[in-house]
Amino acid sequence: MAEKEIAGKTVQLNDEGYLTNMEDWSREVAAEIAKEDGIELTDKHYEVLEYLREKHAAGEPLSIRKVGKSGITDIKGLYQLFPGGPLKLSSKFAGIPKPASCV
Amino acid sequence: MIIIILTNSTQGKPLRKFEYANIWISKVDKTRIIKNIKYNLMKKLLILGGGTAGTMMANKLRKALDRDEWEITIVDKHKTHYYQPGFLFIPFGIYNKQDVIKSKSDFFPAGVKVIYQGIDKIVGEKNQVLLEDGKALDYDILIVATGTQTRPDETPGLKDKLWYKDIFDFYTVEGAVALQRHFKSWEGGTLVMAITELPFKCPVAPIEFVCLAEEFFAKKGMRDKVDIKLVTPLPGAFTKPVATKMLSELLKEKNIEVIPDFYIERVDNDKKVLVSYDEKEVPFDTLTIVPLNMGDEMVERSGLGDDLNFIPTDKHTLQSNAFENIFVLGDASNIPTSKAGSVAHFASEILFDNIMSAIEGRPLLAKFDGHANCYIETGHGKGALIDFNYETEPLPGTFPLPGIGPFGLLKNTRINHYGKIMFRWIYWHILLRGKEMPIEADMTMAGKKKVNL
Repeated sequence: MAEKEIAGKTVQLNDEGYLTNMEDWSREVAAEIAKEDGIELTDKHYEVLEYLREKHAAGEPLSIRKVGKSGITDIKGLYQLFPGGPLKLSSKFAGIPKPASCV
Repeated sequence: MIIIILTNSTQGKPLRKFEYANIWISKVDKTRIIKNIKYNLMKKLLILGGGTAGTMMANKLRKALDRDEWEITIVDKHKTHYYQPGFLFIPFGIYNKQDVIKSKSDFFPAGVKVIYQGIDKIVGEKNQVLLEDGKALDYDILIVATGTQTRPDETPGLKDKLWYKDIFDFYTVEGAVALQRHFKSWEGGTLVMAITELPFKCPVAPIEFVCLAEEFFAKKGMRDKVDIKLVTPLPGAFTKPVATKMLSELLKEKNIEVIPDFYIERVDNDKKVLVSYDEKEVPFDTLTIVPLNMGDEMVERSGLGDDLNFIPTDKHTLQSNAFENIFVLGDASNIPTSKAGSVAHFASEILFDNIMSAIEGRPLLAKFDGHANCYIETGHGKGALIDFNYETEPLPGTFPLPGIGPFGLLKNTRINHYGKIMFRWIYWHILLRGKEMPIEADMTMAGKKKVNL
């Protein structure tokens, strides 16, 4: 766990760089975290992030399939927005915990 | 004053099931029968699905509930019970079809009504289940145990011209038998074991499959002609870090390549490649696939499922989120643990307690901890074992007796392999029949070692 100043705000991050408190999130915080991973956030990105925050707050489990059916973008589009690990990256930028794969 | 008395229609005895009752209305001192009705005081417990979970519950509950008070009915459209852990061994000729099938009716207890028919849907508001022939079954308590199914049709190109020619699954007896036939004459090339999506039934099975394939082709003297790859949407061989480390090292020793973070979009039959959503490709000569897993379509028709037809369920009490008198056991629920028989078994003990509480109007105090226990066949007569729950990842140690075993957790040993082999007997004779096993439903930390990676 580490404290860090992002976009003029002091936030708590876990070892993998995820916000530990989703209330610390703002669009600016998201933009800076994304920049560190080499991604410039667009409106489409923010739509996905807000969808994830809303579903997470409602206690719904998240999956790539679910986001792909959200109407915001399809799975292919999601990979283009967040190359490499769509759900891992998008949840990091959305300020919510890394989705646990429950096998 | 009007008094309504329910009695036996002929002798005034207390009512038992399905007896005709007279409703007497006493007006001052003039008594007359106003209606002769068929009145059923029996309560109804209905179980949908007679697989591992449903059969265990029927056995436990029939022993505990008074036959004059509770009628138990099981509905399932299939008459054959498959020993599903045995499917893994069929492609390699270790088991054959007859080793994994028995009649479902052999395992249903006496005093349980069985209806072999498809289910149309659950109508929770009316406490009713509609069957395919249109008949309605009422229930006081419903247990949904309709499991999960493989859906190869959901991935483009999977169930196409190469299906059961060069592409197989081993989650159905048909697929496992077809693969056995294929392997008998296969001359080698790239063998890809691929997972389409999570969650899927028996999450260690693909790892076991590649290990057994390695042994199979080594013994055939053609290991040098077979390149084995494990393609997974997970970031590594398994989800949890400590087990992933152990299993990755094991696969590396066996010269099996793991291709992580690969999310399959489609299969190109002409080029014989798997294509991911981010346009990576993995070529194959023989592909063994874990198709997308979905809950029963009946769940979708009932409007009770999530986007994969799994039923949102309280992960501790096993009560459905939608209705208080609907409980979900086994693979049919969305609880965040493995879809596996061991989970259904541990959960069945918790569900039994909670159903008894619900019947007696007490709060549901038994809490499931997500306990799973899986033997992992690693080939060449050895096996590993993992034991974990919602909170605790698989850790090394001994099981079930701390410090003694005989089984080693996250260790590759011969005795673990025998555990897996013995399990088939335990499954048919103890587990399905709802008898006590010498393992607690709750996971224990005794015998486990904490690990810092």
